[in-house]
Amino acid sequence: MSGRDYDAIVIGAGHNGLTNAAFLAKAGLRVLVVEKNEYIGGATVSRELYDGWKYSNCSYVCSLFRPEIYNALDLGRHGLKVVPLTASMTFTQDGDYFGSYSEPNVRRRELMRHSPRDADAAVRFDADVMRWCRLIRGFLLRTPPDPGSLKPRDIFEFAYLLKKFHELSETQICEFIRFFTMSIAEYLENYFENETILAHYSGGSIIGTGLGVYSPGTAYVLLHHAMGDVDGNVGAWGFARGGMGAVSGAIASSFRALGSEIRTGADVEQILVAGRRATGVRLASGEEIRSGIVVSNLDARRTFTRIMDADDVPPALLERARKFKIRGSSGKLNIALDGMPTFPALPGGSPLTLGHMHFTDTLRRLERAYDDWKDDRWSADPYCDFLVPSQYDPTLAPPGKHMATVFVQYCPVEPEGGWTDEKRAAFGQTVIDQVAEYSPDFRDLILHAEIRTPRELEDEVGLTEGNIFQGELTFDQLLFNRPFPGYAQYRGPVRGMYMCGSSTHPGGGVMGAPGANAAREILRDLRRPDTTPAEYPDD
Amino acid sequence: MTRPDAIVIGAGHNGLVCAAYLARAGLDVLVLEANDAAGGMAAARPLGDGYRVPGLPQCVAPLGRAIRSELELERHGYAPGRPVETIVLDPGSAHLAIGQDRVAGDGLAQADAAAWPGFRRQYLAFAEALRPLIENPPPRLKNLPRGDRMTFAKLGWKLRVGLGREAMYEFLRVVGMNIYDVLNDTFDDERLKAAIAIDAVLGSAMGPRTPGTVLTWLQRLYGELDGAATIHSGNRLVEALTRAVEAAGGRLRCSAPVARILVEDGKASGVQLEDGETIGSGLVVSNVDPRRTFASLVGAPRLDTLFANRVTQIRGKGVVAKLHLALDGLPEFRGLGAAALGNRLLVAPSMRDIERAFNHCKYGECSPEPVLEITLPSIHDPSLAPDGHHVLSVSAAFMPYDLDGGWEAGREAAARAVLARLAQFAPGLEARIVAREFLSPADIEAGYGAVQGHWHHGELSLHQSFMLRPLYGAARYATPVDGLFLCGAGCHPGGGLTGLPGRNAARRILDTGGRP
Repeated sequence: MSGRDYDAIVIGAGHNGLTNAAFLAKAGLRVLVVEKNEYIGGATVSRELYDGWKYSNCSYVCSLFRPEIYNALDLGRHGLKVVPLTASMTFTQDGDYFGSYSEPNVRRRELMRHSPRDADAAVRFDADVMRWCRLIRGFLLRTPPDPGSLKPRDIFEFAYLLKKFHELSETQICEFIRFFTMSIAEYLENYFENETILAHYSGGSIIGTGLGVYSPGTAYVLLHHAMGDVDGNVGAWGFARGGMGAVSGAIASSFRALGSEIRTGADVEQILVAGRRATGVRLASGEEIRSGIVVSNLDARRTFTRIMDADDVPPALLERARKFKIRGSSGKLNIALDGMPTFPALPGGSPLTLGHMHFTDTLRRLERAYDDWKDDRWSADPYCDFLVPSQYDPTLAPPGKHMATVFVQYCPVEPEGGWTDEKRAAFGQTVIDQVAEYSPDFRDLILHAEIRTPRELEDEVGLTEGNIFQGELTFDQLLFNRPFPGYAQYRGPVRGMYMCGSSTHPGGGVMGAPGANAAREILRDLRRPDTTPAEYPDD
Repeated sequence: MTRPDAIVIGAGHNGLVCAAYLARAGLDVLVLEANDAAGGMAAARPLGDGYRVPGLPQCVAPLGRAIRSELELERHGYAPGRPVETIVLDPGSAHLAIGQDRVAGDGLAQADAAAWPGFRRQYLAFAEALRPLIENPPPRLKNLPRGDRMTFAKLGWKLRVGLGREAMYEFLRVVGMNIYDVLNDTFDDERLKAAIAIDAVLGSAMGPRTPGTVLTWLQRLYGELDGAATIHSGNRLVEALTRAVEAAGGRLRCSAPVARILVEDGKASGVQLEDGETIGSGLVVSNVDPRRTFASLVGAPRLDTLFANRVTQIRGKGVVAKLHLALDGLPEFRGLGAAALGNRLLVAPSMRDIERAFNHCKYGECSPEPVLEITLPSIHDPSLAPDGHHVLSVSAAFMPYDLDGGWEAGREAAARAVLARLAQFAPGLEARIVAREFLSPADIEAGYGAVQGHWHHGELSLHQSFMLRPLYGAARYATPVDGLFLCGAGCHPGGGLTGLPGRNAARRILDTGGRP
């Protein structure tokens, strides 16, 4: 076939690929999304792997998704409904618990029960974290400047960055640098004294990251999980009704309404290049599809080392792609339950079962879990984020039954000798045993459990090494360093080729921002009107 | 005694450097030292009968060229020692020798041998690019004075033009990373990687996988821009600095421990010694650990609450112990000729072993298999031991300050662990021991006043570097107390035997006429 089949091809129907495609379609382009799996969504999926139950078997909560994108793509009308999560809690080994409620007075009372000093510190802590959230949010829907460029646009963007910082006092700038470079444990120790409270608020910072609570740079990850909005509540978490597949479903619906197509079961083998220009893609079936614009939603390592010809990639870029830090560190269990498990430590009818439940009550236990991972073992005493979303969402399990999702930090990419079915089962058992310690009837309620290690994430979804963020969110891989210095503006090494995945600024999480940012750059190069939203004015 | 223009508390090398600059500028400077000799951690200390060992530093780069020439140290008897190589000891005697431009050893892959010189050169270039930041007071972040704008401009120039675009991108990529990933991306040889990783982490509560360890390595490499690392023997440097102070008219008083820094109306007015004597001066410069300077010598009641609170948040837990041995002859290391013993020896089989050793110190435990840096300074300075005898010096990591059960109970076991590890490589060593001394981080705290026994008066982590070192509000050597300045390793650019904090502090003091 000659000429162009489409104006743009997006490789990968993950949420960022779909978001990107939707904004391109909105600008009037004929867009095709190709997806290797038979289903869309990438890591934003709901799958019925056990009859009657729906699992969000990769990503499982929704808080980071940019409300600007939600509005711009009219996702509400396309069926996306996010239900806010109201609480989180940590069980202690002595039979007590710490609950973090969303209602401020109740939260304060609970903090007081553990440490009056920490109840006061929490006021300062909340205010400080909120300040950093507001600061960072201003950068999410913007393209990072290139420090090697002297183009007016990059200089302007740097000036914008400096201006944002200039709005802070010098003390605040210093505090922000500390926040950006400290470990979560040390950062929290500046506020709190109670072990359980420290462990509770540290947990979020290691999720998905190959770092421990004492590793510098983890304090920032806290922000990455705290800066989401649900219905305008900054820092709130939410479930998508129908599971995470509802997010990708809504974006796809919005995209299809604009007259574009998605092809599933279409595995891209190579991005075609002629004369330093992208000309289309070749599928594994041998079929070639022509387009002047090719956008990869794959992670940066996979994009440059797997689906591009080495001759089309400058050696320095290929080298950086190979050295890109993208490590799997997380596992997951999806469990069909015969009923709601009970937790004797909690008072009857406690609302805390509605939120995140954790079982690690000291920083030491968290850090030791990391030590295990560094030695390529799964943690013997892992950090688990346990949720039962079917309490909110009747579509996930049959009446009276429940679905639990357990996110597990840490799980190695490759234990010594490689993964086997026995090892995977043993990993799952470690997690089930931990939950069962706090819920005696949990084990007996299990009807089916899907155990996922980084291996399954890589094989099914295509995330290299099973890294959920498409690349570590450490300070050396953020902003103009994401994925690599010199390539942080969504453009690839040949004309017409772009990146739109979480490997690019501002990174992972079901956020949609990389997809939107990439669309803006593409439309800019095509001299088309920008259809992507600007960040909304702060509340 | 006449009232001095300036008092410097602590005759460690940074205190002496600072005092020498102030004295040369015409100030009447009095240096007060708690111990009975100058030199602080760098001073030689007696061991047993007739032996001396060179304090804490073992293998360091010479002082920078600027300090050497500005203080005319060569005229005062300072000469950088002879460059040495680093030898990584291997249990199977396949030792690896690493020099500036070469690396050699059994089983070393040709690719690694070829990559090392270029790799080192590239990182030296990165270190060079940081020069404007390191050799100037840390710039302010808002309302920049002219000098600070120059610092940033020079830094930008060095990065963009000095390195060039591709090298700048590479610098940006690696500067925030951990040394573990960078080395695994570059080399295969475990011994070579371990040796470089040791340079990045020794003295810090960090493992090779801790983010920010590329920067700590760059800081160490920085010293080597002006000369290769040599074995520290303790005498020459301290003597030359003392002479430089005295030649410029400065005075040094040892055995004069300062109990308090006197503050009147928010201004420093002098110091009070432990015996009650007070010495007045409107300019007090503290080379003491900032945590001790503010919390004990000034006292929290005289400080702003928020500032005092920040002082308590400074991190710096010592994790390295020191073992000194007096030997009745040259020890034998398996597979190593006597001629090679003048080099720096490392016991660190792989980065994984270093990381594992580090894991223990997070939980108040000593590493059962400590990582060792070994030198025989008496080979370079025979005056340290009687004829034919030698002293051996070992830095052992990781041994935490906050050892479970305390150091009184744990000292012997820790010392035995180090000796046992040494015996794996030098089987006959124990029979040669005439005297021995083991300094835990707690002993280092007691002997040198470094809080928690931390070499660098505070962790060299990113959140305590540059304009955040030792803390915001005192990062530019001036402190909230008018007339009180800092000049020690706790300040920018941090620890090591560089003299740069002392030099930068002196420049700031002279630039501001003693006002903050």
